[in-house]
Amino acid sequence: MPHRIEIRTVTEDARARILQQKITAMGFAPPAVSDLQLIDVYAIDKDLTFDALKQCADLLTNPVTQASQIDKGWIDLPFDQALETGFLPGVTDNVGNSAQQMIEDLLKTKFAAGEAVYASQLLLLRGSLSPADTEKIGSALINPLIQRLHIKSAGDYLQQNGMDNLIPKVRIQSKATADTVNLKVTDEDLVTIGKKGILDHIDDAGKAVRRGPLALDLPSMQAIQAYFRDTEMREPTDAELETLAQTWSEHCKHTIFAAELDEIKDGLYKHYIKRATAEIRASKGNTDFCVSVFTDNSGAIEFDENYLITDKAETHNSPSALDPFGGAVTGIVGVNRDTIGFGLGAKPIINRYGFCFADPRTTPELYRGKDKTFPALPPRKILDGVIAGVNSGGNCSGVPTPQGFVYFDQRFSGKPLVFVGTIGLIPRTSAGRPADQKQAQVGDKIVMVGGRVGKDGIHGATFSSEGLDSGSPATAVQIGDPITQKKLSDAIVKEARDLGLYNAITDNGAGGLSSSVGEMAKDTDGCIVDLDLVPRKYPGLSPWETWISESQERMTLAVPADKVDTFNALMTKRGVESTVIGEFNASGRCIVLSGGQKVVDLSMDFMHDGTPHKVLTSTYTPAKHEEPAFAQPSDLAKTLQDMLSRLNVCSYAFISHQFDHLVQGTAALQPLQGSGQVNSDATVTRPLFDSPKGVVTTQAIFPAYSDIDTAAMATYCIDATIARATAVGADPDRIALMDNFCWCDSTNPERLGQLRRAVEAVYNTAVAYGTPLISGKDSMFNDFKGFDKDNQPVLLSVPPTLLVSGLSVLEDVTKAVSLEPKLPGDLVYVLGETKDELGASEYFAHMGETISGHKFIGNQVPQVNTISARKRYQTLHQAIDKRLVASALAVGIGGIGTALSKAVIAAQLGMEIDLSKVPQSGIPRDDHLLFAESASRLIVTVRPQNQSAFEALFAGQTMALIGTVVETPTLILTTASTSINLEVAKLTKAYQEPLAKF
Amino acid sequence: MSIPKVIVLSGYGLNSEAETLFPFTQNGATGDIVHINDLISGDKQLADYQILAIPGGFSFGDDTGSGSAYAARLRNHLWEQILTFVQADKLVIGICNGAQILANLGLVPALDGKYGDRQIALKHNTTARYECRWVDVKVNPESNCVWTRNLYTLHIPVSHGEGNFFADAATTKQIQAKNLIALQYTHPDGTLAKGEFPYNPNGAMLDIAAMSDESGRILLTMPHPERAMLFTQRDDWTLLKEHYLREGKELPTVADGMAIFANAVSYFG
Repeated sequence: MPHRIEIRTVTEDARARILQQKITAMGFAPPAVSDLQLIDVYAIDKDLTFDALKQCADLLTNPVTQASQIDKGWIDLPFDQALETGFLPGVTDNVGNSAQQMIEDLLKTKFAAGEAVYASQLLLLRGSLSPADTEKIGSALINPLIQRLHIKSAGDYLQQNGMDNLIPKVRIQSKATADTVNLKVTDEDLVTIGKKGILDHIDDAGKAVRRGPLALDLPSMQAIQAYFRDTEMREPTDAELETLAQTWSEHCKHTIFAAELDEIKDGLYKHYIKRATAEIRASKGNTDFCVSVFTDNSGAIEFDENYLITDKAETHNSPSALDPFGGAVTGIVGVNRDTIGFGLGAKPIINRYGFCFADPRTTPELYRGKDKTFPALPPRKILDGVIAGVNSGGNCSGVPTPQGFVYFDQRFSGKPLVFVGTIGLIPRTSAGRPADQKQAQVGDKIVMVGGRVGKDGIHGATFSSEGLDSGSPATAVQIGDPITQKKLSDAIVKEARDLGLYNAITDNGAGGLSSSVGEMAKDTDGCIVDLDLVPRKYPGLSPWETWISESQERMTLAVPADKVDTFNALMTKRGVESTVIGEFNASGRCIVLSGGQKVVDLSMDFMHDGTPHKVLTSTYTPAKHEEPAFAQPSDLAKTLQDMLSRLNVCSYAFISHQFDHLVQGTAALQPLQGSGQVNSDATVTRPLFDSPKGVVTTQAIFPAYSDIDTAAMATYCIDATIARATAVGADPDRIALMDNFCWCDSTNPERLGQLRRAVEAVYNTAVAYGTPLISGKDSMFNDFKGFDKDNQPVLLSVPPTLLVSGLSVLEDVTKAVSLEPKLPGDLVYVLGETKDELGASEYFAHMGETISGHKFIGNQVPQVNTISARKRYQTLHQAIDKRLVASALAVGIGGIGTALSKAVIAAQLGMEIDLSKVPQSGIPRDDHLLFAESASRLIVTVRPQNQSAFEALFAGQTMALIGTVVETPTLILTTASTSINLEVAKLTKAYQEPLAKF
Repeated sequence: MSIPKVIVLSGYGLNSEAETLFPFTQNGATGDIVHINDLISGDKQLADYQILAIPGGFSFGDDTGSGSAYAARLRNHLWEQILTFVQADKLVIGICNGAQILANLGLVPALDGKYGDRQIALKHNTTARYECRWVDVKVNPESNCVWTRNLYTLHIPVSHGEGNFFADAATTKQIQAKNLIALQYTHPDGTLAKGEFPYNPNGAMLDIAAMSDESGRILLTMPHPERAMLFTQRDDWTLLKEHYLREGKELPTVADGMAIFANAVSYFG
């Protein structure tokens, strides 16, 4: 019989108090809910004596603050409703798993297969609430895709001596053998199979139940049909079809970026992105700092004579829309594996994040299904979950997360964008080999390390290649287990790598084993895998499920036969499961066995190169918006405060404080700067304690500009990245970039036209600045398809979005510059010219929303002069290198007005600024001067003694001295016609307040 | 002068071992990072070391209460060795997750020499949220703690979700009477935070940031001295830099936390 240990906090419980505040905010203030008790529950599905259970309870209870009960309810506690939340069967239960390990260690006994500990939480609610209210509270607290709810009134609870002991054990019985799939069908049927998946069975109602999308289009399905008909001369198995779906997925093969587009035969990726890097590297000659570009799980550049640094950014948008917490955790630990999987294994040293959400204070009604079924999660729940997910994944992994951003637009209400990135450090050589290179050898054993395989994550890769609709598979959702990965990461990067125990390593991410093994097998041209050897979380998985499952925290290695025992022994000693599942060979085939049957037997050539040549065409229609016509606000001081309170401008310190940005002891320029704690666009990390060198990281994203021109958007992103990196001290001639495209509706020629313009702009701008792209990723279908509250169909597409990430190496971190002005008397300069460029600006959006309830857009989107800007950045770098600059801040959203405000907020000092001195052209009025978002501008402060040296460097360039830093904490901005006089305390409040309570 | 040998524990999600070992070696000690399983297997012996450091991290993901699972593993397998170690003239520090482990192991405060008796708890922060931020702490001048000798105030970061010191009234009284409080959170002006957030970041009673056992050789600290050992780790170093530059002074290389490690190493000198 399963047992149940319940643990209650008997002292003041902060978690319970915060939860009650949350419940109050849901509309259940006292007396509805006047008190609550939060109880941790461990259901132990194993026969144990009472004495053993008592030992377990003591183990799990802190005697100073808690009390426990075994196999009975809390009949003495006053409450009215009991509400228990736990995971659904098969969902990763980290707390349960840890408790099980603790019990095994204590009782010196292993749990048998099928025995387990399951964690859940019980809330005992006191108050006048009804059972229906309890249900409502419970539903708001859980995500029904992964969690269960169990409710009892106090009466039933007392009568039945507590809650029912529900055991969420996985009970599945998939077929242990592979099915063959009939492909001798019409094109129409091929389309159905490609879109909806392989037919599993016909249900009792006579309805076809399919296994979930393969995301293969008709030409791909036809290529597969022809291959099996003509070459193999048999029908494919389900496992083979699923393998090809994973390997050929947009997620893995980037078919849109690879396709022939219009007259661009070699596709956008090769023609623009890859070519830009090749040309830049060639032009740099012996100053080229790139080491590994586009070929590995991350890109890499030189750090010093002994080390390289790697970079990679990913998105986890679709999973985060369904389960924000799980989607974000698996995103961040997943991109950590792109670091561990670089070369022979890099150590993750910096995480970064970027979130695009809808306004969390709004509750748009969107449904995935008709008739108000499958509601989309509200923006606040997505925001909370995603932040909690990166918090858990990043913090538990011991990787600092200093740098990130959050951006808001209502078009992210159907699908948020969740960017996660990781920078790694790897020695140039390890165990006598170049550590950035790897190659599996014929005869190497295929070894899977880390977590076990379950049903979770099945169809993840193909699912993110489709839009989100009501058919999106729940099994695509998964929760990460950062500690299992941390153990794995430490064992690989800190031990096995430098012992030379393996020849190659890669991540088990999208597509699971099918992708990782399939990819590595290219090195030797063949592999054989026996699925019977793969450790599984529970019995009952079909062969195809085991082969493509995306269960987290796993990596695949090629281990020489004579080193397998040493390798496995080391892993076991570090608490990491490690299993030989097959062998790399030169057979030219990918063969997978299950129960002695060949469930996959594909030619390597077809698997990797059989994708049909895709030809796409694009169209482009320039956008034309109404030019906003409104008078300059009479109270610009108030407008400035309102601008600081815009979600895209205000502080997100609440995120910075909960993401550990100091672990590893490497922080040098932190995410919150100055005593006023302003969020910085760039941070600096010092990865080696005994070296002064630093790593500069920054990112830039401006989706709003896509409303006018995606080329301007992309150009601005790259320019802003360089401005931000340079502002903290990076050499603009030594910045590496990454591109992450998050597009929408990418089968629509108009969207492809916008994409083409953006990618062309990336090429042009990167080449103009000499900033190579070293890695990138794309996510092409960020669309929500569903219904509104009136049952009208909705297609909600995210604005075409490009995230540009910048990475650079700083020779001496003590030369890094933070954004806050330092001392009264310092001179304030603006570098660069302000033009009448307010198209798609935050100011137009603000005024439109204020005046008409809708954003104004306009047409004058900022343009970049890369020639003058590059010179400006190079000169600024010289000035910083000579220690002439006390503070620097790149101007961004909200223009000079918000930039100067952020500067004084950070410093908690004042400034006296003569705005008429700001270099400008074509500016008709003061509000435009304050809020124009013209590119390539910076606010810099300089010690008076350095004035002439600083100005001499900039001779002939567009810049001006516009004022001074003053002791009195007031921001004074004057022009011929306006004088704004604002206390810094008011600005600080406007900046910090909007998200302060999140 | 004798050179102490430091053991910094690792494994199961501890993560600050490298930066915890570094300041010891900077101050002249030698040391090793040792996986707990290598102590359990006997490949390494605790007895070979003079300083035991349990660093920060997320051992076992903080599941079942931060530090509890790692402490249970130490207790299940290594209790005799640990007891021998703490009763010898040796030093122990537990930082953050290490502090939570020390509390769960009952090594601090160990009133009346009762090593192994859990007497205090580190509860969830009153914000019920992880807090990564810089704080100011002051050293208790009456404390006999070896680690904080000759120090007065420190500017140092915290980074934890469970750092809220708690003990029952009788225990608290003894902790105060015996001057076991080593560090307390203060306002920037040096006055006690009196529980005010964010100066006291977690709601700890009596603003306790760090505490020792009665011998003064074992320090349990929620703030991270190893994340405040180098000048450029400080959150305000870019402002200080401007002052130094304008005064024509050399930039310092170390920050406040370094002295804690120097104290430990010099104890053996």
